[in-house]
Amino acid sequence: MTGETTAALLLLADGRLPAGGHAHSGGLEPSVAADRVRDVASLETFLRGRAMTSGLLAAAFSASACAAVLAGANGRLGVLEEELDARQPSPVLRQTSRKLGRQLVRAMRVIRPHDCWVGLGRSPHHPIVLGAAAAVSGLRPCAAALAAVHDAVAGPATAAVRLLGLDPFATHAALARLGPLLDAIAADAERYADADPAHLPAGSAPLLDLAAEHHATWEVRLFAS
Amino acid sequence: MRAAAELAVEAVALRGGAVRSRIATLRSQAPLMLRLTHPKGPEPWTRLGDGAARVCLAAGAAGPIGGDAYALDIQVGDGSTLVLREISASLLLPGPLGGQSTLHTTVRVGAGATLVWLPEPMIAARGCHHLTDVQVDLAAGARLVLREELLLGRHGEQPGDVVARLRIRLDGRPLLHQDLALGPAAVGWNSAAVTGGRRALGSLVVVDPAWADDPPPATLVGDTAAVLPLPGPAALVSALADDALQLRACMDAGLALLTASSEDRRPGVAS
Repeated sequence: MTGETTAALLLLADGRLPAGGHAHSGGLEPSVAADRVRDVASLETFLRGRAMTSGLLAAAFSASACAAVLAGANGRLGVLEEELDARQPSPVLRQTSRKLGRQLVRAMRVIRPHDCWVGLGRSPHHPIVLGAAAAVSGLRPCAAALAAVHDAVAGPATAAVRLLGLDPFATHAALARLGPLLDAIAADAERYADADPAHLPAGSAPLLDLAAEHHATWEVRLFAS
Repeated sequence: MRAAAELAVEAVALRGGAVRSRIATLRSQAPLMLRLTHPKGPEPWTRLGDGAARVCLAAGAAGPIGGDAYALDIQVGDGSTLVLREISASLLLPGPLGGQSTLHTTVRVGAGATLVWLPEPMIAARGCHHLTDVQVDLAAGARLVLREELLLGRHGEQPGDVVARLRIRLDGRPLLHQDLALGPAAVGWNSAAVTGGRRALGSLVVVDPAWADDPPPATLVGDTAAVLPLPGPAALVSALADDALQLRACMDAGLALLTASSEDRRPGVAS
């Protein structure tokens, strides 16, 4: 990452990016309801588990999508879409990922106009759009991976402040402690940037799948997922 | 210890149009012992006397223990039916030199063929270091029931490290790819995102071309079990439970739900 592109990464990873991510808790809302997350300590453990599973999955696919767009191999994005579908057994999570992807494409079309937004289909998966967004922002696959794994934990951490009334300083301290793990996951994910999409990690998280399915049946909820 | 076993089944046409599934290859190597058997218990889709081939995998030695490398290859030829079960649960144990034990299984199910594969649980004992990798290739029109159960430690025991990988392709395209890392080496494995402290995990995949692109609806089977329709003619029962009995009850409930509904859509087949 050079100095010239650091600002572009901050823009992409900023929670204020108008792409609708703030409406999602990343599985935290159902986990709080089931009393599996109740304080800063259990939140931090949850975030570590999420980073190592869904976070690694999103980071690897973002890195791979970024490398594909940088190489002008946009056809590879369709293969990544299929592979990502196979790695998300929960239909609710597949739908959520596509919804977030669609919202990010809509934002990026204006923020950074580029040909790749045309061929992405109606509702591409979020990590793939994030990878493409990184590429058109002049970022490398390692930055795409870092943005993805940061997104995988920052959203639920913010949601925890609202759902559990946790001290926001203590919650951010937990995020700060996660830093070295996120860096290591992003470095691991970057290794897959040019790999055969069939070999990308899956990072299965059965409880996140099941929590998402339960959450979708609620009549009243604060977050969309 | 290294071991490789092979099993191949092919369809043989009988007079009168019936089809019998014949064992073409049955190659065992301890501890992977393949044995022809009678039905071990209730089976989805098949009935006694319907010509299906029935084989059980038995353990011919303790293991896998760290350092062991096993390979199992299963070929279910076009139009044939194989019911593959296991005699007992397998206990994953640490090896004397701290190495990883591996079990690589490759499966191919041909056009119009059926594989019902119901292994017993894997129990991850303290200190184990194991990788199980299952690669399934289904031809268009193939049917599959595949159950996987994992118990994290024996009674009151902390588990060792296990990685369970499953990749199913249907007609050359990815259908399901899971990669589950559990145990002390996997950061956050015991968290509310992955197991939430539950000690038994299971998944049961059913692929049925009768569903075409209309798999069964998502259904909650309990607090931590659900039927999840996959992107294709397939569904996954994913379950977490406190022990093996509760887990098996979830798996059985899911299996009944998925295989009953597909028989309903198949006129002329008695259940």
